[in-house]
Amino acid sequence: MAEQTLLEAVNQAFAYEMRVDEEVVILGEDVGVNGGVFRATDGLIEEFGDRRVVDTPLAESVIVGMGIGMAAQGLKPVVELQFMGFIYPAIDQIINHAARLRNRTRGRLTCPMVIRAPFGGGIHAPEHHSESTEAIFAHMPGVRVVIPSSPARAYGLLLAAIRDPDPVVFLEPKRVYRLGKQEIENNGEALPLDSCFILRDGIDVTLVSWGASIKESLEAASELAQQGIDVEVIDVATISPLDIDTILDSVSRTGRCVIVHEAARSFGVGAEIAAQLAGEGIASLLAPVIRVTGFDTVMPLYRYEQDYLPGVIRIVDAVKQSMEYR
Amino acid sequence: MQVPEFTIETVETLDSEGRLLRPLPGALREREQLIDLYQIMVLTRVFDREAINLQRTGAMGTYPSCEGQEAIGAGIGVAMRKDDVFVPYYRDVATQIQRGVLMEEILLYWGGDERGQKYRDQSQDFPVCIPIATQSCHAVGIAYAIKYRAEGRAVVTTCGDGATSKGDFYESINVAGAMSLPVVFVVNNNRWAISVPLAKQTASQTIAHKALAVGITGIRVDGNDPIAVFEVLDEALERARHDNQPTLIEALTYRLGDHTTADDASRYHDQREYDEARTIEPLIRFKRLLQNEYQWSDADDKALYDDSGKRVQQAIEVYQATSDQAPGDFFDYMFAKPTTDLVRQKKAWLDGLKHHG
Repeated sequence: MAEQTLLEAVNQAFAYEMRVDEEVVILGEDVGVNGGVFRATDGLIEEFGDRRVVDTPLAESVIVGMGIGMAAQGLKPVVELQFMGFIYPAIDQIINHAARLRNRTRGRLTCPMVIRAPFGGGIHAPEHHSESTEAIFAHMPGVRVVIPSSPARAYGLLLAAIRDPDPVVFLEPKRVYRLGKQEIENNGEALPLDSCFILRDGIDVTLVSWGASIKESLEAASELAQQGIDVEVIDVATISPLDIDTILDSVSRTGRCVIVHEAARSFGVGAEIAAQLAGEGIASLLAPVIRVTGFDTVMPLYRYEQDYLPGVIRIVDAVKQSMEYR
Repeated sequence: MQVPEFTIETVETLDSEGRLLRPLPGALREREQLIDLYQIMVLTRVFDREAINLQRTGAMGTYPSCEGQEAIGAGIGVAMRKDDVFVPYYRDVATQIQRGVLMEEILLYWGGDERGQKYRDQSQDFPVCIPIATQSCHAVGIAYAIKYRAEGRAVVTTCGDGATSKGDFYESINVAGAMSLPVVFVVNNNRWAISVPLAKQTASQTIAHKALAVGITGIRVDGNDPIAVFEVLDEALERARHDNQPTLIEALTYRLGDHTTADDASRYHDQREYDEARTIEPLIRFKRLLQNEYQWSDADDKALYDDSGKRVQQAIEVYQATSDQAPGDFFDYMFAKPTTDLVRQKKAWLDGLKHHG
């Protein structure tokens, strides 16, 4: 067993699955010889060749559109969009075709495809390289949205995504790509695509987050523990379909919920969770649900990106605010 | 600076009177084969008219007519092999019915029922594509899968002239060239993208010229002549199947109908141009060929129209007798296994149905 970063875990999951399944084909810009701009596909072209690790022309819509055609023929394409900021030309393909091919042919044709993209801020990247727009995809019926936040979950969830018979948008929090290592057994075991992960048990407040913000959420929980506040931390991980039951169950015990996400506040995944808590969970709530999020602004350029990102201080304040509510 | 000129000749086999300009291609020398081509075009025309009638009488939803474009579809369908894959746009009745799509299924789809694209007898072809040019990308992916498995099959995808203005079209022909994929792009140049004429779509000398920009073969063909369409498709498909060479074919035709039943082309089309297009439409010319060269009589023609009418009526009967979907069926095809939340949403909806009827 070797210690791996999230990025290495993605790479290892690919290598595992491509060895056992000839139908898995990776395609995207720079995924081949260069091994991806972040090196997620490093070394794969050497092992699997350029017919299975395909450098495509620079054209996002056809990269995803090709994936749809390949998937309909029974291949399992994993397409990479280099940054989430450049995924938008392919939205037409995702929402109009990938998400509805099964329904519009009543199951005759299906789309077992993974659409990967690095996302989120905090790496001092240029404009358009730092946004978190997972809500756009979570709002599309017919696609799954998955966001790992640790090496082990990246490994297990990517395997699950590749094996899933339907399209999965797999968003990788690039801020934690190389931050911290974890031992992963390379045993090909997938994780479920419809379950949240409880990362830390607690009885006072439920802290719900996903992606890179899990890091600050856990740090905030440690800090709050020293102040006597016992925080339960949930990594949503499978954004859509949302495992609301795990969140509801947690809130039924704590009565308080703080949601943390990098994405802009309004109309986001946090709003969906809050709405469901206000419905099913209303009897459990002892305090209003609080969201700690990015703002409804353009993501600032890198010099000011920390002002935008929800940091430990904002999270700690929000949890205390929730605790103080009577 | 002058834009360099490069001429792409139009492949033709018939003149405007339906006379042969040169010998028939080897694969289409038999009288029966030519009658088959004509039969497909007539069946498509009769179907198309009846489909419009169904819409006009409230028995079906919006429908896009393919009148005038029957020769393209007929030629494609005859040239394709069963195991090739067809990725249509939405004026492809002639090809679809040759490939096993049932007329009642086409009616069912335009009649608002997804089961119309389940295609009982056609497992691989894509359903019609409503967004413009997106299907070109799918065709490229299918071609990649075919080449990946070295299956020696090919893909044909269609679109209209308006679609060639879109990025997806360009991205697709470009990838097909760069990766050398077994796909044939057929542009139905019917001169109109709803109300916008081709002259406003592009300054390109022809649509076939767009192939030059991506380094693939570009061909122009008389799209009102099913023999010529067959001939260029047959050659392009061979290049695709054997050499993984993509081709762009611009088939020249004219949209004789409205864009859809929701459109009124008299608001924008040029009456003189339209009247002229009527004189060279595919069915008239082909009937003349059969009359002049193959002893096709008025009685033969009437019998063919009668037979086509019966077949279409049978399809309409099946369409109209199709039972409704089970309540809430639309919940069941979002994922292979319905999600917990969808199961709940469906149950709530069905419970509501029980309460309120």
